[in-house]
Amino acid sequence: MTKELLSSDSGKKAILLGNEAAIRGALEAGVQFVSTYPGTPASEIGNIFYEIQSSEDKIPSLYFEYSTNEKVAMDAAVGASYSGLKTMVAMKNFGLNVASDALLPFVYTGTVGPTVVFIADDPSCYSSAQAEENTRAFAYLSHIPVLEPADAQECKDFVKLAFQISEKYHVPVMVRTTTRVSHQKMPVVLGKLATSNSASVGKFIKDTHRFVTMPPRVLEMKDELLAKIDKIQVLGEAKQGFTLFNAAKKSAVGIITSGISHLYAMEAMQELKVSLPVLKINFFHPLPEKKIREFLKKYKKVLIVEELEPYIEKEVSRIAKDANCKAEILGKKLLPTTGEMKPEFVVEALAKVLNKKYSRQNISLNIVVPQRPPILCPGCPYWSVIAAVKSVADPKEVVFGGEIGCYMLFGHAAIGLQDYLSCMGSSVGIGHGIKKATGGRQKLIAFVGDSSFFHAGMPALVNAVFNKSNPLIIILNNETTAMTGHQPHPASVNATQPLDIETIVRACGVKYVKTIDPKNRQEFTQTVKDFLAKDEVSVIVAKQPCLFAVKK
Amino acid sequence: MWPSSLVYSPLKNNMTKIDQFNIVIKGVGGQGLITLLQVIAEAAFSEGYEVKTSELHGLSQRGGSVDVHVRFGKKIYSPLIGRGKADLILGLEMQEALRGLYFANSKTKFLINKQIMPIPMAKSTSEQEMMNIFSKSLKNTVVVPAAEICQKNLGTSVVSGIYLVSLAVFQGFIPLKPASVIAAIKKVIAPKYFDLNKKTFDLAEQYGKK
Repeated sequence: MTKELLSSDSGKKAILLGNEAAIRGALEAGVQFVSTYPGTPASEIGNIFYEIQSSEDKIPSLYFEYSTNEKVAMDAAVGASYSGLKTMVAMKNFGLNVASDALLPFVYTGTVGPTVVFIADDPSCYSSAQAEENTRAFAYLSHIPVLEPADAQECKDFVKLAFQISEKYHVPVMVRTTTRVSHQKMPVVLGKLATSNSASVGKFIKDTHRFVTMPPRVLEMKDELLAKIDKIQVLGEAKQGFTLFNAAKKSAVGIITSGISHLYAMEAMQELKVSLPVLKINFFHPLPEKKIREFLKKYKKVLIVEELEPYIEKEVSRIAKDANCKAEILGKKLLPTTGEMKPEFVVEALAKVLNKKYSRQNISLNIVVPQRPPILCPGCPYWSVIAAVKSVADPKEVVFGGEIGCYMLFGHAAIGLQDYLSCMGSSVGIGHGIKKATGGRQKLIAFVGDSSFFHAGMPALVNAVFNKSNPLIIILNNETTAMTGHQPHPASVNATQPLDIETIVRACGVKYVKTIDPKNRQEFTQTVKDFLAKDEVSVIVAKQPCLFAVKK
Repeated sequence: MWPSSLVYSPLKNNMTKIDQFNIVIKGVGGQGLITLLQVIAEAAFSEGYEVKTSELHGLSQRGGSVDVHVRFGKKIYSPLIGRGKADLILGLEMQEALRGLYFANSKTKFLINKQIMPIPMAKSTSEQEMMNIFSKSLKNTVVVPAAEICQKNLGTSVVSGIYLVSLAVFQGFIPLKPASVIAAIKKVIAPKYFDLNKKTFDLAEQYGKK
């Protein structure tokens, strides 16, 4: 954490990471309740709140928790908001998939305490195995207002703005970033902290009309929600939903952009020494449609600079058609849909639109340096698990289920213990499906981490017991959430009362369960061998702390 | 010791404000790239520049190839440096430095730690091969045995990155003042490690002397 993050020196500038700036924004808004589950690129939100609340600088008016998964984090946030507290819930893109069941009704009922849902996407999947997700689509699914900051300053400003909108219209508001926004640093102007020295105590005031979504009330709620969104659109059209640059310039070409792409568009103009009108969208939802229409009418060509799926481009095309506007709309014809946006893509696209010559090549030598993929740390306890499993489980006979955490590096060519990889908790769930579908003939080992076990592995384990399949589940208990930065979980060394995973597994009805230190090679190997032959679910809890799992 | 073409001589005496300076730091996850990024960013900020940086966390940090970007100047928009747009590539490992070619143009300078970290399950390029490539094809390159120098003089190579950044500043590879850099080190590095880092900084000043 940057020391200046908690500075009371308002007006001062400090270099902050996008995620730090979002935290500062929440503290300047007087946030009282924060829940999260770690996941890159959103992890620092939890890390830093945890660090603050475990330190001498603990903020008395703030409650923070690592929830066991994102859905539970969302539930906790909903409860806090219903009780009147100013609330933030943070997670990565896939986390919102898990939490979406709780999000949709929350948007319908609306908030009591203003609530910000902070979501970080990871274009190019730098730290995301499962899909290249564009969370903006949740605006269509849930109607939640979505603000898109481009830089760290806007992370702070937009979090504050989101709290204000939520407070005024009683609806949760999403602030959606990407890796290059969340993990971007720049000097940010600090404002006044609004935290206090007394504990925040909310009160749940019963109001079934408001909090119970039973039909037919739920449909009335939907109408009420749509009316709120219309009002927020009016607000966005007036001022905050967009920013215009170079609006007075006479030009045949205009640019519409949002988020990080805006910075690349500005960079491209700097590089090409041109100054074109730019409409930067701040409210992805609801879009400032009137502004877009006005903008479109002024130019012959409009380049949409947008990362990932062309949601804005589609909306702009529709708006143009409805307004009978003849501007040529260019976007994904010139820019990629897969992978993150890059400054060089934008400068090349803009040069084409302007018929300008542009060539900026890099040096290339005819030398290939072999790829250096990430790998487990030297001394990681998982190496012992790998060695033991490899010595008794023939990859020709045994299917290995992978999962999200450090152990997804089991897929490294040097290890080769990963035949499928999907999402949190799914090594067990998919393993059960494979077992059932193959009549139990194929042997299968599902690896699941400790934090992942609590996150989504437990229901899958119960399902395997309930529906009687027989995977061998190896729970890799390194007593921390290692991959995302050693956050605590219910069985971690830094939990106040660590739960015992073996006891939980037994209570789920598993007869064959053993907790073994993987360094105890012989016992571990023998148990893998024995359990692979069982016709019921079996579980090995491989317990050995991560080298970096320290008591905080 | 230093080829004169490699030193930004005007900057050594007359620190006029530059429009834009782009640094890519290449290395292996865990080598402390983000600390170096912070030091450079704070130093540039203290000299009144606009600053933007980009870094990677999480999976990408687990011993894989990493690059972080630092940009400063009068007006900086993008946190990412575009293809062929780097002014300086700081390589904490030789093979990783070579991956920085994507960001290099014919004027880009390279300052590289003379160190090879083997790539698991792959044939690493040897130090000699690397040196041949650099001397033949990349004229603006200086390779410094930073890890070796730090190990020998300070008893640890953990400060190699700080050594390289300090060296880059003393030699005019980065248009920032040494005083800003040591102040930034003091701000960024935990107090208990400041002495070691100050010694590293001083050691870099001595490079090539006597």
